[in-house]
Amino acid sequence: MVDRIPILKMGKYLLLSIQVDMHDQLALDLQEDLTEQIVRHKAKGVLIDISALEIVDSFIGRMLSHIANVSRILDAKVIVVGMQPAVAITLVELGLSLEGIATALNIEKGMRWLESSVDDDAASGESERDEQPDAAPEAGN
Amino acid sequence: MNNQTLPLKQETDIVLIRQKVRKAAEEARLGLVSQTKIVTAASEIARNALIYGGGGECRIEVTSRDGRAAVRLVISDRGPGIADIERALVDGYSTGTGLGLGLSGSRRLVDDFAIDSAAGSGTTVELWKWK
Repeated sequence: MVDRIPILKMGKYLLLSIQVDMHDQLALDLQEDLTEQIVRHKAKGVLIDISALEIVDSFIGRMLSHIANVSRILDAKVIVVGMQPAVAITLVELGLSLEGIATALNIEKGMRWLESSVDDDAASGESERDEQPDAAPEAGN
Repeated sequence: MNNQTLPLKQETDIVLIRQKVRKAAEEARLGLVSQTKIVTAASEIARNALIYGGGGECRIEVTSRDGRAAVRLVISDRGPGIADIERALVDGYSTGTGLGLGLSGSRRLVDDFAIDSAAGSGTTVELWKWK
């Protein structure tokens, strides 16, 4: 069984793709690894590809929310990309709204969103925390 | 027809249960969304049985119900049981650190749901999904 999910650094972003059916400890380790790497690389954004995930249950959902919250506090944006339609339908019925987690259909759209929201932050100094008004495919709260 | 009983003793057993339930759902030729729902429900209930019930087992059957191909799961533990089932089935109710969606959410994901539990005698949850 896999014991670590690899996290790749690309410029000021971190990329990771979850390709395995995660057991709970693996998800917890990923949370920790990612938090540590955000700080170490001073990452401004994190892209999480879940296109290979066949289910997202409340545990994984909670992990994603946790990652998004911690990253925000560390001044990094997070976007989750590639959720399969059947997974999205199931999540909603389960009652998980993934509040506060930005999502995009695929990696390209996710990268574009990260770049524009990080650029916007840089342009407006550091006063404004909010994302741009529309292009953000964000699940607001 | 395929029946099997899998142990539920540690976290990694949840992963194996998910995979076997997926196989059973494919065998029953459920649609992709139905497959995803029953696998997700199994994951939630198995985790509950492990965390709150100290583990147990999961029985997986490919069977039929009213002439339709179906998957039936019976997940049981020998833990402390649930004193107030009505309350445990309310969204957001949890005695642990979770979101309290496991039981209530899983019930919404399946076609039939039964829970049998009493304080002190463990918990058995039966889940059905049919074509």
